[in-house]
Amino acid sequence: MGLSENRYRHLRNARRVSQGFFLALFLFLLLRTSIDALDTPDALPRISAPVDFFLEIDPLVAVTTVLTTHTLYRDLLLALFVIVGTLFLGRFFCGWVCPMGTINHMLAAFKSKRMKGRRRMELNAWRPYQRWKYGILALMLGAALYGSAQIGLLDPIALLTRSMALVLLPGYNTLTHDVYSWSLHAQLGPLDVLLTPVSWLTHNVLIRAERVVFDQTFLILLIFAGILIANRFITRFWCRGLCPLGALLGVMSKTSVLGLEKRAALCTDCNRCALHCQGGDNPKPGDTWHQAECHLCLNCVASCKEAGIDFRFFPQREQSTREVSLSRRAVLASAGAGLLAIPVLRAAADPERPGDPTLVRPPASLPEKEFLSRCIRCGECMNVCPNNALHPTLMQAGVEGVWTPMLMPRIGYCEPTCVLCSQVCPTGAIDEITEAEKAWVPPAGKEKTEHPPLRIGTAFYDTGRCLPYAMAKECIVCEEWCPTTPKSIWFEETEIQTRDGDYLYLKLPHVDPALCVGCGACTYACPVKGAPAIYITAVGETRNPRNRILLEGATRRPAELR
Amino acid sequence: MEKRNIDRRTFLEHGGKAAGFAAVAVAGGLWLHEPERHPFRVRDDKPIVRDLRVKDIEQKLVVVRGDDPAQMTAAAIEAFGGMAAFVSKGDFVVVKPNVGWDRRPEQAANTNPAVVAEVVRHCVQAGAGRVLVTDVTCNDATRCFERSGIAAAARDAGAEVQLAQEARFREVNIGGAMLGRQLIYDAYLEADKLINIPIAKHHGLTRVTLGMKNLYGILGGNRSRLHQDIHNSLADLADFLRPTLVIIDAWRVLLRNGPQGGSLADVEERHMLLASTDQVAIDALAGAEFFGLTPEDMPWVGLAEARGLGSADPASLPTEEYTV
Repeated sequence: MGLSENRYRHLRNARRVSQGFFLALFLFLLLRTSIDALDTPDALPRISAPVDFFLEIDPLVAVTTVLTTHTLYRDLLLALFVIVGTLFLGRFFCGWVCPMGTINHMLAAFKSKRMKGRRRMELNAWRPYQRWKYGILALMLGAALYGSAQIGLLDPIALLTRSMALVLLPGYNTLTHDVYSWSLHAQLGPLDVLLTPVSWLTHNVLIRAERVVFDQTFLILLIFAGILIANRFITRFWCRGLCPLGALLGVMSKTSVLGLEKRAALCTDCNRCALHCQGGDNPKPGDTWHQAECHLCLNCVASCKEAGIDFRFFPQREQSTREVSLSRRAVLASAGAGLLAIPVLRAAADPERPGDPTLVRPPASLPEKEFLSRCIRCGECMNVCPNNALHPTLMQAGVEGVWTPMLMPRIGYCEPTCVLCSQVCPTGAIDEITEAEKAWVPPAGKEKTEHPPLRIGTAFYDTGRCLPYAMAKECIVCEEWCPTTPKSIWFEETEIQTRDGDYLYLKLPHVDPALCVGCGACTYACPVKGAPAIYITAVGETRNPRNRILLEGATRRPAELR
Repeated sequence: MEKRNIDRRTFLEHGGKAAGFAAVAVAGGLWLHEPERHPFRVRDDKPIVRDLRVKDIEQKLVVVRGDDPAQMTAAAIEAFGGMAAFVSKGDFVVVKPNVGWDRRPEQAANTNPAVVAEVVRHCVQAGAGRVLVTDVTCNDATRCFERSGIAAAARDAGAEVQLAQEARFREVNIGGAMLGRQLIYDAYLEADKLINIPIAKHHGLTRVTLGMKNLYGILGGNRSRLHQDIHNSLADLADFLRPTLVIIDAWRVLLRNGPQGGSLADVEERHMLLASTDQVAIDALAGAEFFGLTPEDMPWVGLAEARGLGSADPASLPTEEYTV
């Protein structure tokens, strides 16, 4: 005799508490992805919270980046906890920890006509679509073998982080901003007294950031919404049918020593176990149990009145238990397709050649090929950027690089003393650097930086749009904003003839490409709305020796800093 | 045709329901009806002037030299008879330093935090109801306020520090020659008193950033456009917002690569402080003293004088010099 029904109810409650805790932790860390307050003028902005925790315990991120880079990067070592746990226990992560799983679990719990009684029981039986996720996993691992971290598109933690950080939080942010703004300006007489503190709370305490926008996130929203809505038709359809992390953990659960023991003699065919099953793994005695599909949610054993099923270590397997139901041929075909897709994509967009000139990567990004071997498009760099400067690409980095980060200086520029994106990157696609290594401004008490700056691009004038050049107007806002010391933007004073035949002295700005770091502050501040009169392209970026204009000369950085 | 009998109850119930909804629809439609052909046009566009100067106070220039910025600030305020000469009990006082850039105090791109803190302390002592330190920064606001040392110093001195929030800007007509409807930070529309505390520093376009240029920091929106006619724009700002007192921090002066600077090689230690109730005269004096500029080099000074905002000739005002 195993645990009593009552004990399983307690354990099921423990599972619910665990899910709630990890979902809350996930959301907390997402909101906490910003700098700590600076205590002194010389303090370096840092993030103390372990904001990448979920990405770091994610075995799929660990396994894929091992395939792409042949190393297990830093805190990705934490994934070993989940891997070892899964090897002994099975997919506990899916049922107890995964925030994406918890969200799906909650949404599937909404009652609907479609999901009642016999219909629901039948939907909860194992179905062939549950094999799809293994195909997706194989496809992604194939791509990883070729050195491309495509896994980020569908890894549940990366997908959830991206969807939350780039779509839902900005939406919530806009809502609270609008409520706050309305309450500040509304003239509601005595009611005003009530409104202002409430909206101040939502705007400043519950979420601190100013309003942010992200370019091109519609597709991200669409996919996320599709995953959520699918729960109305099949319980945890994403987890059962599509999730590549679930597939990986399913494969790992093959060695699990914990299993379901079925006692057909005690079963009264009440079907409660099948009715509440989350994984679609056929817990009912008489059916073939699919261990690799089980999330260990314990709904089956907690709802069984007769002790007909029981989780046991080293169970006696009366019924045949199929660990993973896969056709070798299908798996190989998927992996092969993934492997071959990458050279095909690279024939269209070669990461070793300078590509789209507007593809300005965050500072300290690795060379493009290495970058694509690590970037899982989680969106953490975009989430942490204080200036809302980093945005997901659509096609700028080719199909292979969809949703990887790029600088959009019209929306925000790269803050000279900021290295937060390099601090949060969980996989090292952005090398972790210090302010001194970025070297855009002199350190405390110094006249100069220690070495030449790390460049992300170079600024160019569109003199057909620039006010002094094209419209004989004073401006040089770009020079005012240029943060380098000395300024990369300088001006010549020239006499200009106006339309009326008058002459006036104007300051015509120029870029010194040997000093420009490509931060985009000039583009951001340029008063010429629409297309700016000064724009940034990636040429000159430190990370790519093939994407240069100038001879290195004085701009050469120490070898260890690239 | 077949005759149908409808009982009175059905008639009243169904007919009454229809009539009730119809009445609501008609009343609602009439109530919400907009007869105006241009629904988005601004109706209330009266230009606003925020004259926060104190009447009947002696117009003068105060120059302080010394070796402690806080003591020098205190001496400057004392020269006008203390902060109580400006701040009444319960006043909402806005203290406006220059917090434009993510720079440390010694880089001289932002106002000296010791000066800000001392001004705040005097406002609190004078019985101000609320002392707010705020600015619309250029770089990331958190970094500007923290790295400049102004957030910590102002908080310790008893001020409320507010990083500019997008929601707080209001579009009003400031009635200038260049600047009409502008997004103005709400504190400047509500304040009873304004202490403007710029730092004296270099600027590529205007050559120098002083008091009137510091008023740039009340604006939101596309404020870069002001450079197209910076002199008239500055006169417009000074015309719209007339500060109670201007204190120019020249403990350190940024001589090149302004307004951000960065290199200590561009900073000169001057250990001076100017104060005046005349925002035009103090700019003229500071430009001459720290950068050797004449009023002709600073056209906004003359434009402001022409509008009756003050004197472009510092010599026309009594000047008091102190060393502490």
